[in-house]
Amino acid sequence: MSSLTIFNQLEISHYIYLSTVLFSIGLFGVLFRRNAIILLMCIELMLNAVNLLFVAFSSYMGDSDGQIFVFFIMVVAAAEAAVGLAILVLVYRNTRKTDVSVLDNLKG
Amino acid sequence: MLEWIIVLPLLGFLINGLFGSIFPKSIVGWLGTAFVFGSFVATCFLFRDLLTSLPGEGSVYLRVFTFLNVGNFHVDIAFQFDRLSAIMALIITGIGTLIHLYSISYMADDAGLYKFFSFLNLFIFNMLVLVLGSNFMMMFFGWEGVGLCSYLLIGFWYKNVSFGKAARKAFIMNRIGDLGLLMGLFLIYQNFGSFEYTEVFAKVGRLEVGTEICTAIALLLFIGAMGKSAQIPLFTWLPDAMAGPTPVSALIHAATMVTAGIYLVVRCEAIYALAPFAREVIMWIGLATSLMAALIGLKQNDIKKVLAYSTVSQLGFMFIALGCGAYTAALFHVITHAFFKALLFLGAGSVIHGMHHEQDIRQMGGLRKKMPITYLTFLIGTLAITGFPMLSGFFSKDEIFTAILSHNRLVFILGLLSAFITVFYTFRMFFVTFHGTYRNHHHSFEKVHESPLLMTLPLLILAVLSVIGGAVNFPNYMGEGISGGLHHLLSFDGGGRFSPILIFPEQSFEISHAQEWLLAALTPLFLTIFVVVRNKYLVKAAVPEADADQVGLGKVLANKFYVDESYDRSFVEPIELVSDTLTEYVDEKAFKSSFDGIGRANQYFGSLLSRVQNGNIEYYLVYMVVGLCLLLAFNLF
Amino acid sequence: MNLPIPFLILSFLTILSALYVVTSKSPVHSVLALIFTFFTISAHYVLLNAQFLAVVNLIVYAGAIMVLFLFVLMLLNLSKEIEPIKSNAWAIAATISAGSILLMITAAFQVFGEAVAKNPVEGIGLVKALGNVLFTRFLVPFELTGILFLAAMVGAVLLGKREKKPTELSTNETINP
Repeated sequence: MSSLTIFNQLEISHYIYLSTVLFSIGLFGVLFRRNAIILLMCIELMLNAVNLLFVAFSSYMGDSDGQIFVFFIMVVAAAEAAVGLAILVLVYRNTRKTDVSVLDNLKG
Repeated sequence: MLEWIIVLPLLGFLINGLFGSIFPKSIVGWLGTAFVFGSFVATCFLFRDLLTSLPGEGSVYLRVFTFLNVGNFHVDIAFQFDRLSAIMALIITGIGTLIHLYSISYMADDAGLYKFFSFLNLFIFNMLVLVLGSNFMMMFFGWEGVGLCSYLLIGFWYKNVSFGKAARKAFIMNRIGDLGLLMGLFLIYQNFGSFEYTEVFAKVGRLEVGTEICTAIALLLFIGAMGKSAQIPLFTWLPDAMAGPTPVSALIHAATMVTAGIYLVVRCEAIYALAPFAREVIMWIGLATSLMAALIGLKQNDIKKVLAYSTVSQLGFMFIALGCGAYTAALFHVITHAFFKALLFLGAGSVIHGMHHEQDIRQMGGLRKKMPITYLTFLIGTLAITGFPMLSGFFSKDEIFTAILSHNRLVFILGLLSAFITVFYTFRMFFVTFHGTYRNHHHSFEKVHESPLLMTLPLLILAVLSVIGGAVNFPNYMGEGISGGLHHLLSFDGGGRFSPILIFPEQSFEISHAQEWLLAALTPLFLTIFVVVRNKYLVKAAVPEADADQVGLGKVLANKFYVDESYDRSFVEPIELVSDTLTEYVDEKAFKSSFDGIGRANQYFGSLLSRVQNGNIEYYLVYMVVGLCLLLAFNLF
Repeated sequence: MNLPIPFLILSFLTILSALYVVTSKSPVHSVLALIFTFFTISAHYVLLNAQFLAVVNLIVYAGAIMVLFLFVLMLLNLSKEIEPIKSNAWAIAATISAGSILLMITAAFQVFGEAVAKNPVEGIGLVKALGNVLFTRFLVPFELTGILFLAAMVGAVLLGKREKKPTELSTNETINP
């Protein structure tokens, strides 16, 4: 079978549903969990949901720009993970906790 | 050249005002004087050009820039140097220079010396704008500017509360007059479509507007003149204005600013010529002011107050002359009055200086031995103001009375009465101050001293001017060649843009021989009064009573006819009552509580909302998601 | 509806492992589940003919980023930490929020997603094709990502560095402040 067969068997809406569900799961995690590491992981999950959507659109439309964007998103995600984890380490060093609810000094 | 006349005092103001505090004191005064003197020299050169130039030339017009340009409404910052403004500018800069010179010594000990000189220079600048401006707007700018300077200088010793109040009083009284002036200006623009003197008066000259409009404009402008030139009912600020330093009284409240009203009327001669009713009003108000001020002057014991009331009285004479249509005579009296009244004020300043800031004439006496120069010059000033023959005041008053006599007999008699009272109170002040015995117990007679040369020199110059000042406009019987100089100057019609000053030729005031004899018979009357005063205050050495000891009519006069009190009753107190009521009930209770309520409600809701921002990221995340949902929902549905 | 079997299986595994990431009590388990999720997503990429991204996804996400997470977990020794469980109210709020976002995005795609033209082209997911685009049209952004990485690296190093304890003042300084 040709490598393009999948596009005949499957509508793009299925990928949309899949990535929306993934995104919502990630969002739920961000809202529900308190551990900062899990929060960061959930953010990665959400980013991946978006990536999946990008790739799906790119493939269905035959336009490679979407995949380039995914590439850039990965770059940003990597940088974000590095800095985010560094901040996390610093927070842990000062408070001995990774609980985000500890960080409530910025209030009016 | 014209620009230098105006710019120099402004420069003086800026330099002294900005850097005066770091200059040494000795420089500040000379600097201020030099700028005004430079302005005077420039004026002299321009005036010479004006006199020697061919007909139609010599007047200078200088347009600096367009100040306002809205639709059809144009106002230029522009100046014109014509025969009328030339005379005024000469008085302002000339006498201004002398008074600056005098102030160097008089104010030498004052901490705010640089402020004083910068204000004086600013005043000269504004006064020059007033008289040299080429349209009504420029005149208005100067008009307000001199009002401001007057306020600043009356309240120069602002630490004294009553002086500050006097300054405010002068300013507010002037504002009332300014309202009339402004309305007059509005009417002028509405009817002539321009503020330029040349355009407005050309239209008046062609009789393009009716008498009613002219009368309305004339009356409104006169209200402005009332405020500035201290006429009934707006005269009470001038005596209070004596709170300022004496040179200020001499320059602003005797020689220059208060004559701005006369300048205004002379400038608008064309309008007043078409408004006989307005002139009638001016004449009667001038007469009433002159009489009233003279009567009050009879019982004043403060040397400056006497002079202030005499100024009001003399201004009244000028307005009587204007009311009779004798513009030349009025302007002539402005000039001579500037000489001798500045002289008297500066002389009074010299006395005050020598007496260590004592102003009450009852505390003086016998000063002629200690202050010979002041005594002599003061005598000349006194003689000039009372109209002693062949001195300047004689000629100008003579012209005024000639005009009155040919106009209205009753006014003539009453005006004459006022002039005789002038003789009485001026000599009373003179004798009590300089003759008799010394009566002050605070300072010994030895401590009284003559003023330094810097102060006596202006006195001497002004004394000379007071003697020969009549030469400006000798009457016809003095000889053909030298008489009527001012009259020719004002009526001179050589074509050109700015001549003649008087659009409608001034009527000549011819009087019969019998009337001339009548005038001549006045001299013995004058002498009689002189003898009476001399008898009372010199021979019998009577000392005026204190204000509190006055009885009967004297008490009324000493209290200035209770004018201030009645103004307080009828205007100030009701307004204060209304304001207090409003403050207490509307402001305090209604507004304050409602605004406080609004504030408290805001604080309450704010405190509710501030709980939303609790610093916890989790809550923020929820808010963000909810916001995102709402955003999507709005976009979808 | 005849959906291809590989897609169904992969989707099922993806959602399942993602749910495990969110609900697992142990952070280490979460990380491992997330890595598994990335693998399934890479498989989706292969299905979608995005071969290059499938490999990069594995290398960058599963390889680099998740290893970083594991490192941090072990560095801080957090694997045993018991996370305080949020109240039921929070669970309900989170569920409602996430659910409404799901609803909204789905609705949004119902409106706008139909407009997608189906025009698959073979080979756009290969390194050659992507490289062509990346180094021509997206050259400047590509270089900028390099700067971004540099900045992130510097930032991470600076943040992670142990602060020096303030040195004690010498006697001279105490006398002459």
